Amino acid sequence: MTAQTSSHPGMNLGDHHGEAHRTAETLVFGFWVFLMSDLIIFGLMFATYVTMLNPMGMAGGPGPKDLFDLNSAFIQTMLLLTSSFTFGMASLALRHEQGKGPLILWLIVTLCLGLAFLGFELSDFSKMLAAGATPARSGFLSAFFGLVPLHGLHVTAGLIWLIIMLIQIGTLGLVSPVKTRLLRLGLFWHFLDIIWIGIFSVVYLWGLA
Amino acid sequence: MNLQDIALGRLDWNALPILKAIENPTASELIGGGAAGVVIVGGLAVVILITWCGWWRPLWKDWLTSVDHKRIGIMYIVLSMIMLTRGVIEGALMRTQQAFGLDGGFLAPDHFAELFSTHGTIMIFFVAMPFVSGFINYIMPLQIGARDMSFPVMNQISLGLTAAGAALIMISLVIGQFSTGGWTAYPPYTGKVFNPGVGPDYWIWSVGIAGIGSTLSGINFAVTIYKERAPGMTLFRMPLFTWTVLCAAIILIFAMPPLTVATLMLAADRYLDFHFFTNDLGGNMMNYANLFWLFGHPEVYLLVLPAYGIFSEVIATFSGKRLYGYASLVYASLAISILSFTVWLHHFFTMGQGANVNIAFGIATMFIAVPTGVKVYDWMATMFRGRIRFSVPMLYATGFLILFVIGGLTGVILANPTIDYQVHNSVFLVAHFHNVLIPGVLFGLLAGYHYWFPKAFGFRLHEGWGFVAATLWIVGFAVTFFPLYVLGIMGLPRRSFSYQEAAFDPFTLVAMCGAGLILSALATLVIQLWVSVRGRDSLRVPVGDPWNGRTLEWATSSPPPEYNFAVLPQVTTRDEFAMSKANGTAFPTPDRFADITMPRNTALGMIMCIGGTLFGFALVWHIWWLALVALVTMLGSWVAGTFRTDRHRTIPAAQVAATHVAWLEQVATATPTTRDSEASSRNTGRAALDLPEISA
Repeated sequence: MTAQTSSHPGMNLGDHHGEAHRTAETLVFGFWVFLMSDLIIFGLMFATYVTMLNPMGMAGGPGPKDLFDLNSAFIQTMLLLTSSFTFGMASLALRHEQGKGPLILWLIVTLCLGLAFLGFELSDFSKMLAAGATPARSGFLSAFFGLVPLHGLHVTAGLIWLIIMLIQIGTLGLVSPVKTRLLRLGLFWHFLDIIWIGIFSVVYLWGLA
Repeated sequence: MNLQDIALGRLDWNALPILKAIENPTASELIGGGAAGVVIVGGLAVVILITWCGWWRPLWKDWLTSVDHKRIGIMYIVLSMIMLTRGVIEGALMRTQQAFGLDGGFLAPDHFAELFSTHGTIMIFFVAMPFVSGFINYIMPLQIGARDMSFPVMNQISLGLTAAGAALIMISLVIGQFSTGGWTAYPPYTGKVFNPGVGPDYWIWSVGIAGIGSTLSGINFAVTIYKERAPGMTLFRMPLFTWTVLCAAIILIFAMPPLTVATLMLAADRYLDFHFFTNDLGGNMMNYANLFWLFGHPEVYLLVLPAYGIFSEVIATFSGKRLYGYASLVYASLAISILSFTVWLHHFFTMGQGANVNIAFGIATMFIAVPTGVKVYDWMATMFRGRIRFSVPMLYATGFLILFVIGGLTGVILANPTIDYQVHNSVFLVAHFHNVLIPGVLFGLLAGYHYWFPKAFGFRLHEGWGFVAATLWIVGFAVTFFPLYVLGIMGLPRRSFSYQEAAFDPFTLVAMCGAGLILSALATLVIQLWVSVRGRDSLRVPVGDPWNGRTLEWATSSPPPEYNFAVLPQVTTRDEFAMSKANGTAFPTPDRFADITMPRNTALGMIMCIGGTLFGFALVWHIWWLALVALVTMLGSWVAGTFRTDRHRTIPAAQVAATHVAWLEQVATATPTTRDSEASSRNTGRAALDLPEISA
């Protein structure tokens, strides 16, 4: 078991998974490249946010100090970080062939944490919108609502993907396409975590500094 | 809001330019209405022709649902040829307008603005990009000895999304009007306040949807090159075209996201009242210029690098020589792709960054001339003491070398911010970028068209008409665009539909004559294709190697079987095929054949194409329900596809063996063709060895 070949970056299924491990090489590598491309999109949204985080961008409208709730953002951070951990447990259950039970359990825990994250995020947004802080108010708010909900949209897509995977585990079983999709969903989920750390640091902490 | 608004958004009868032309028959309106008529009649004619010939079934089964990279490649090139026709006609129309521009010409200013916007958008996104993608799709997997792309279905989706973008731009000719904001669509002019109509929305969705397709293409190309190479095909044994594809793919992966971001931000400004680029409330339109050119500059290198790759293949083959300075060409390509990301600001030197920033980007821009210069010398050194066959692709290559160096030098001139201040936004700039894009990209693609056509269709193109076309392109280009350099220095601003300076007149007239030559060059290409198809029996090259090629794509039949190679080649050196021919080990008989697994056909690409078109169209006209239906259909069928388990089929070894043995028999019985009779009907695709030059 120690002399496993690593066919792609990140957690490998391992040789004992046979076909799934072999096909993962190209599929997971391709997904890494896609994430790289997606990261550029986020990078540009961050850059736009930073260029608008100033009085000119705020155009006399509300700024970070008037709008951001650091407690809520911190809770969201913890929820998302924990969900990344639970997804990691799901990946390990998949790799070590612990059967469908633990895998599905960890995935459902991840799903719930993700939903809780979205719930807090949406409640933050609705408070901001209710206070008149809409994207139509200023360039700064446009940049905020361009970046943070974009991440939220990714999380939503990830959750839908997760539900689809739960269905496929049920209908198709743990066949190799399902396994390699779970690998890629794992990368996607951890990727969103990293983006969120950027959002928490740049949008919330820097904004409130 | 009444029912009609909900059902049709802001679409009504006034959107039809044909009706406007009937109401108000000025020359400008008649041209617009006529163009719409041509699109409708042309579309109907195609539908009738296909129905008449009973081609719907084969079209659907063998082409539209095919995931074969070769068929997808051909479809890309067909798409780009159709769009090229429109783009060239628009260009000629603009040259004609400017030739009569002293007294106002015959086009309305808005119509002229629409023309330069569609011309630029079409030529970059729907001619150059799909043409390049087409060659990459067809040739690159063959060159690396692969059976297909890494992600064949995603490849089909990329084509579908590109075609959706092109469809939107064609629809804009018939319903409503396209943007007047140029191919760069700078806000705030393209914002809601100054431009509430549908034009900028057509631009946003056609470019945005096609751009997502291109991102996926880039991922596919790069992964294919990294993961699907035949055994022994190390990176430094790859043909140079494949190297340039890798560079272009990397550029696509990193440069398309800025375009996606810029278009979606502009859409957010227009649709959702955001303030990314508006004049008021903290918007910053300089962000747009930066984002757009962060894409836009790498874009031109991702177009020209594969063209460099094509010239490298063509020049080596027709000089009968190994490519000179292979490693330097690889490093130059890599250097260009990195430098391409460091120069975007030279597109707006005059927008107030300050002298120090400008000069940093000016110097970076001049640096690009260094690796490009290396390439030019490498190509010349490849020809030096080669036994050159002066065939059609070589004529394009020669035209390229001379004209492209001139275009590159004017680029170095423009890279100097102090000079740029004098000539920016003049037709000097128009002359410069046409001078790099036409000889650089288009000549490369046309050379590749002539060079690889026999590979794809099993017969050569007519040489004589090819020479006429190439000559007309070269001369037509020079006559059209060299006068623009002079006009630019004299002070004619670009995108002017009219001017007051009589001294411009002779030059604009000459340029118009040049545009006529380019139009006839295009017509000649059509004639060449027609003549070649009619006379295909005397042009057949079934053995597959009509030009004494050097790389693996020539080591299979013409056209190749869908699995490309019956047995994957074992690569031992660069220019593998040339070497094996010299050693007498070409066309080996395999010991045994194996079953080959290939992906099944799928309609997903077509669903994305039609869905993408409807989605874009619905958003342009604010038909929200249709946009939602289209989006849900696209995503839903994508997800549904992942539940399919029978996504592959197996071609039995016996069938592979039969096809292969039959081809080997053709190889054995074919008479080798010498270099002198290459262009005659004796050429059946088995090239005789040229010189005992390969002695590495």
